[in-house]
Amino acid sequence: MLGALIIVFREVIEAGIVVGIIMAVTRGILGARIWIATGIAAGVGGAVLVACFAEAIANAMQGIGQELFNGSILAVAVLMLTWHNIWMASHGRQMAAEMRQVGEEVKSGSRSLAALAVVVGVAVMREGSEIALFFYGLAVAGGSTAASLILGSILGLVAGCAISALTFLGLVTIAPRYLFRVTTVLITFLAAGLAAQSVLFFQRAGIVTALSQTAWDTSTILSDTSLFGRVLHTLIGYSDQPSYMQVVVYGLTLAIIFTLTRAVVQTSGVNTTKRSGTHVDHAARTAF
Amino acid sequence: MELAMKCLWTGKATILSSAAALAICTAPLAHAQDATIVHVALKDHRFVPAELTAPANKPVVIEVTNQDPTPSELESKTLRVEKVVAGGAKINVQIRALTRGRYRFFDDYHEDTTEGFLVIQ
Repeated sequence: MLGALIIVFREVIEAGIVVGIIMAVTRGILGARIWIATGIAAGVGGAVLVACFAEAIANAMQGIGQELFNGSILAVAVLMLTWHNIWMASHGRQMAAEMRQVGEEVKSGSRSLAALAVVVGVAVMREGSEIALFFYGLAVAGGSTAASLILGSILGLVAGCAISALTFLGLVTIAPRYLFRVTTVLITFLAAGLAAQSVLFFQRAGIVTALSQTAWDTSTILSDTSLFGRVLHTLIGYSDQPSYMQVVVYGLTLAIIFTLTRAVVQTSGVNTTKRSGTHVDHAARTAF
Repeated sequence: MELAMKCLWTGKATILSSAAALAICTAPLAHAQDATIVHVALKDHRFVPAELTAPANKPVVIEVTNQDPTPSELESKTLRVEKVVAGGAKINVQIRALTRGRYRFFDDYHEDTTEGFLVIQ
C-alpha cells in the first residue's frame, strides 16, 4: 500500500504545485475557479485517453510519438504561461484594483484564464496518464493485494491535493501588494522549468541532438527524485543531470519572459499611473 | 494594449523561431541509422536479459518488448529515458552516444523488482 501511495504521490506533486500556484494567481478573479476546475477535468479526461492510447501514441511518428506528444504539450504550457505573464503585466493591476471590469477587459481576462486552464490541463494530463496506467496495471494484475494498492493510490491522490492546498494557502498569506510580484516570478521560473523538460523530450526523440552531454551531476547532493528535489524541479526546474541544451533553453526562456514582461510593464505603466495608484499597481511595476 | 499584443506576438515568434532553428540545425533521426540496436523483454516484471551491452561513442536503440499484460515505464536517470510501454507492446528507446560505464534502468511502476543495466564498453 505504501509503495502505491508513494508512486502516485510523486506523480501528483508537480500537478499539485501547478494547480496551487495558478489558484493563487487567479484568486479573486471572476470565474477563475470554474476555469481551473475545467482545466483539471479536461486534464483527467485527457489523461485517461492518453493512457488508453498509450500504445498507439508510442508507435506514432516512427516510434517517437510519445516524446513528440509530451514535448509539444509542454511547449504549449510554456507559451500559455508566457502569454499570461505578459498579459498580467499590462492588465493585472487594473483587474486586481477593480475586480469587476466590463466589456473588453473581462473578455481578455477570460482569455488569460483560458490560457491558465490549459496549463492546469497539461499538468494534470501528463501526470494523470501515468497514474491511469498504473491503476490499469493494478486492475489487470488483480489479486488480493489490489485493494490495498488501490487504497494506497487514493491516499497518494489525496496527498497530492493537500500539496495544492498548501501551495495555495502558503501563497495567499503573502500580502496582496507582494503577491503579484511573487507569482510573476514563480510563473517565469515554472515556465523555464517546463521549457527545459520540453526540450528533453525532443532530445529523447532524437530531433534535438546538439548539446546532449550532461552539464552537471548533482544527484549525490540533491536527487531530483527526492521529495524536496521534486518540489524544486517543479518550482524552478531543478534537474540533477541536465543536458547542456536544457540549460540553454532554460536560460533563454527566463530571459525572453523577463524581457517581454519588463517591456510591457514599463510601457503600460506610464499610461495607467494616472488611473490607479494602488499597491498592486506599484507591485506590478516593480515586479521586474 | 497594442504594444502588449505586439510584444506578445514577438515573444511567440521568438520562441517559435528558436524552436524552428533548433529543429533545423539538428539532423532529425540521423541518429538512428548508425545506432547499435539491443533488445530486452519485460517478462513477469523482470528485464530479460537484465544486462545489455553496447559499444561506446555510438548511439544506442533499446528495443523493449513488454510480454506482461500490464503497462510499464522504462526509466533511467543516467540514460535520460522515461517512456511508457503498454502491456504486450513494443517500443524503441533512443539513447545518445555514451562513454564507457554501467547505466541503470528500471520499470518506474515496479522499481524494487525490475531493474536492468546497459553496459557500455
